[in-house]
Amino acid sequence: MWVAVDLLPITEKNMSKEIVKLEDVWVHYDGVPALEGVNLSINQDDFLGIIGPNGGGKTTLLKTILGLAKPSRGKIRVMGSTPERGRKFVGYVPQYSLFDRDFPISVWDVVLMGRLGQAGLLKRYSNEDRRAAIQSLQRVEMLYFKDRQIGKLSGGEQQRVFIARTLVTEPKLLLLDEPMASIDMPMQMGFYELLGELKQEMAIVLVSHDISAVSIHVDKIACLNRRLFYHDSKEIAAEDLEATYQCPVEMIAHGVPHRILREH
Amino acid sequence: MIDALQYEFIRNALFAGLLAAIACGIIGAYVIVNRMVFISGGISHASFGGIGLGYFLGINPILGALFFTIASALGIGLVTKKTKLSEDTAVGILWAVGMALGIIFIGLTPGYAPDLFSYLFGNILTVPPSDLIMMLVLDIVIISVVFLLYKEFLTISFDEEFGTVVGIPTDGLYLILLCLIALTVIVLIRVVGIILVIALLTIPAAMARQFTHSLKKMMLLSILFGAVFAIAGLWLSYELDLASGATIILVSGTIFIVSLGFSKLRRKKLPPQKI
Repeated sequence: MWVAVDLLPITEKNMSKEIVKLEDVWVHYDGVPALEGVNLSINQDDFLGIIGPNGGGKTTLLKTILGLAKPSRGKIRVMGSTPERGRKFVGYVPQYSLFDRDFPISVWDVVLMGRLGQAGLLKRYSNEDRRAAIQSLQRVEMLYFKDRQIGKLSGGEQQRVFIARTLVTEPKLLLLDEPMASIDMPMQMGFYELLGELKQEMAIVLVSHDISAVSIHVDKIACLNRRLFYHDSKEIAAEDLEATYQCPVEMIAHGVPHRILREH
Repeated sequence: MIDALQYEFIRNALFAGLLAAIACGIIGAYVIVNRMVFISGGISHASFGGIGLGYFLGINPILGALFFTIASALGIGLVTKKTKLSEDTAVGILWAVGMALGIIFIGLTPGYAPDLFSYLFGNILTVPPSDLIMMLVLDIVIISVVFLLYKEFLTISFDEEFGTVVGIPTDGLYLILLCLIALTVIVLIRVVGIILVIALLTIPAAMARQFTHSLKKMMLLSILFGAVFAIAGLWLSYELDLASGATIILVSGTIFIVSLGFSKLRRKKLPPQKI
């Protein structure tokens, strides 16, 4: 086993680059803490799953990385800069429930939206923007549906479109907020396959309240319930899970493959 | 109706109806997809304060209304973006305060306020040529801004947060959109009046939405519907000697209900999606 690892040439991948760094980050909403002293570093080849109960600050953490939520304490660097400057390297797929499914917009217009930063104010989309949109849609196998109204697609297809919308800017980091919530079980495998391909090119952070599904597919797992428990690995300590979900580990370990739980 | 066209006031009325249809078709589409109906109502009612101010100062009341609608649009936008006050609260306050100011100003103005009724309920038959030119200019402004900022408006309407992430000034764009609603209100005041503006901002666009899934087509269709409503309403009010603004609204409302019934029937005919 060790031979295979050692024979790998020293590539960029081995010299993993840090994309996001949070140091002792606190976020408050109306004086109530949503994140407490979060330390996290995300490297360019990470495929990280963040699990935790609803209301545990998962979305807030993503928004903090994007600069949409402001920390009251602590330091955040995204691509070595502030979140506001760094977010052009970050692709964001928000929670499904936030969309108006009846909105009169086509798949094509949704994906082009990702190029707004490149296209510039007051200008039309350029041929380059359109090329990027076609490539992204091909990438997620949704080009055929480009003229459909977004609401006419299934949940899984919509998630693919929203991923395509972020791919048009070739992000270094992809943030997915509860992506599986809207996808039927049989479609989830295909979706994880897509993420498996994408992780070759970018770091992926996937947030979910569903431990069992996430834990099989991601490379590393963190637990978040205002405080973040993360050991830069796929191993979760039983006490971390207990602290995260505030209930005995037997209750939540049910259905979780044993390999992610350390002997205890 | 054809013989009526020999009268200049009828020709002006038709022209006013078409100009109104253009503004309410384009901006009405945004009002519908963004659920800004209540905000639009607030902006149009607040304009009454400006009408009153116009009478009080002895200037064209429409100019006063223009000032008030823009100020209230910016006020509602800034209050909701920068403070914790909820949007409908801000709208409710502005709505009533604007109306109250109008009543006070008119009370302070010596003598009788001519045309007051036509500002409240519209009178398409008395639109003076000077107001037609103003409506035309406002239409051109609305069309140009929407043409230039179409993709940005589409983004903030569909997913404002994503707009922020990709780096467009979403708050500023939202304020511009509110100002366009303010301009549309001004275009519509002469045709249907402050109180009925909301109907022309919603009915044509809501009807268009039943027929298309594209925002652009929705705008074009609602311009068409708006024009049909305005002409049909004008003709009916001419033939039956009824108030023009109210007739236009009743025609719109009736056709809307009929079209709603038809689209319900059409959907029933489709095979069920899931068993």
